[in-house]
Amino acid sequence: MCWETLLDYGLRSLGIGERLLPRADFTLCQQVVLIGSGMIWNVYFGVLALISGFALATLLAVGKASDNALLRKPAEWFVFVFRGSPLFIQFFFGYFLFLSLKQVAPVFEPFSSAWMGALVVLFLNTAAYSAEIFYGGLQAVPKGDLDAASAYGLTGWRRFRRITWPTMLRLAWPAYTNEAIFLFHATTLVFFTGFPARQQNGDALYYASYFADKTFNPFVPYPILAGYFILLTLVIIGLMGHVNSRLNRHLPQTTIRRPRLLPQIMR
Amino acid sequence: MLPACTDPATLEGLPWLLCYLTTGKHLSLYWAVGTVLLLLAITAPAAMAFGFGGAVAARSGVLPLRWLGKGYIAIVRGVPDIAFFLFFVIALDQGIEYLRHRIKCPDWDQPVRQGSDFLVCDVAKMPLGNAPQWVHETYGFALAVLTFAIVFGAFAANVLYGAMRAVPRAQVETAEAYGMTRGQTFRRIVVPQMWTYALPGLGNLWMILIKATPLLFLLGVEDIVYWARELGAAKTSRFTDYPHPDWRVWYFLALLVFYLVFTRLSEIVLARLSARASHGQATAAGERLRRAGANAGPH
Repeated sequence: MCWETLLDYGLRSLGIGERLLPRADFTLCQQVVLIGSGMIWNVYFGVLALISGFALATLLAVGKASDNALLRKPAEWFVFVFRGSPLFIQFFFGYFLFLSLKQVAPVFEPFSSAWMGALVVLFLNTAAYSAEIFYGGLQAVPKGDLDAASAYGLTGWRRFRRITWPTMLRLAWPAYTNEAIFLFHATTLVFFTGFPARQQNGDALYYASYFADKTFNPFVPYPILAGYFILLTLVIIGLMGHVNSRLNRHLPQTTIRRPRLLPQIMR
Repeated sequence: MLPACTDPATLEGLPWLLCYLTTGKHLSLYWAVGTVLLLLAITAPAAMAFGFGGAVAARSGVLPLRWLGKGYIAIVRGVPDIAFFLFFVIALDQGIEYLRHRIKCPDWDQPVRQGSDFLVCDVAKMPLGNAPQWVHETYGFALAVLTFAIVFGAFAANVLYGAMRAVPRAQVETAEAYGMTRGQTFRRIVVPQMWTYALPGLGNLWMILIKATPLLFLLGVEDIVYWARELGAAKTSRFTDYPHPDWRVWYFLALLVFYLVFTRLSEIVLARLSARASHGQATAAGERLRRAGANAGPH
């Protein structure tokens, strides 16, 4: 019986399958399937923002650590603006900015829908938070490692690529794991901030609050959502832990610091 | 409303803008800023109280209490905070009504949950159906404050729990050697000394709390986000004396700047506070201050 619901609503968040959402007599199965279907969006936003943000964050961290004020100042301002203001307001601002830009140039058409516009905001936001973490890692690279690199004749780009950057990543990784977890949590904000859920194709929290509103019973949909997110968090910790042990594979194995749930950094 | 603003259609430039920014609805927006500050002023101490309770419970010698404290810290941190906000606002409301229902209508025989309805007797409704508008608004705001306090209390509990464990073991052992009881050691030694360890985490939490205040909008309070959306939307001359196109992007830019200024100011104050708390402490920061003071000479 639940199999049928899975076929009907499993990909509902992408607009595939049954169009009408259930309106009455909500079963537990429907709630589990639809909220799970919404998780597709949370994973989509989280994964793409994390990967693209990683690249920009590295550039920003290097810029922020630079001696050249022309590189340092813009990086510092970028990090300040995105870390100093609420993500909630950034989403609203981004959405209305893209709406206005759409009037000027039709190129911005896709940016006023969530799949593109919200992704851009999340990308910039996580880049700023990660940049601050990587900047800390960059500052903590042991002086001895850099001296040793110089002694081997490594300079400039080669020294950065082979010594500074891997060491920075290794040092920053536990905090970065934490950032990844809270980025996925932050993806639940998207459909509450102006970005429209076209044809009710929303994320997990969108469906959870839909059920809570319709049944007036928050004690079923929200624990389901919590279960999905705890699972997702465990997957992230597992994957990032894998990367962490690879980054630390040259070190004596007893001294490895495993990533764990560090103090909360919420936006 | 300013007296010069009686006929806005004749105004232009700066006077028009001045009149526009002092309309009744704009005053509501400025009041909403006050709501945000009020929320912060009430939530911060309330969350500290929850956090202190959570941290004490997590350290407790009684096993169920310890589970309760650790569970509180872990669950709220493992799940998106927005989900908790949406959950608690309904759950608290229903919980309060259910309790009142049990006390005030003991001989009510129908189930409270009937399908998609949550039914309690009329005298148990919160607030009562015939209550004036301001009671409804205050009740909504109070629920929001309680929700914020519960969620941020868990974060504060985590910080305070760590800070209590960071107090040097030797200090506690000395207290025990003097014959102090567990409670005395906690009150006289641990609590006074933990603040210097807790301050960085609490400062961080304060910044997070500031940045969480726009979420009031999700809890149904008419806050700055609500008014920015209302006021910014395009208006035609049929409905207002101040017609304008869609200005929401400017309103949210203003909110963005407001929050940037607010967090920056907090950062500066927190840096000062942390320097003061480190004074004379046997920590790295305290040592740095001592050295700096020694170099600068007496002042």
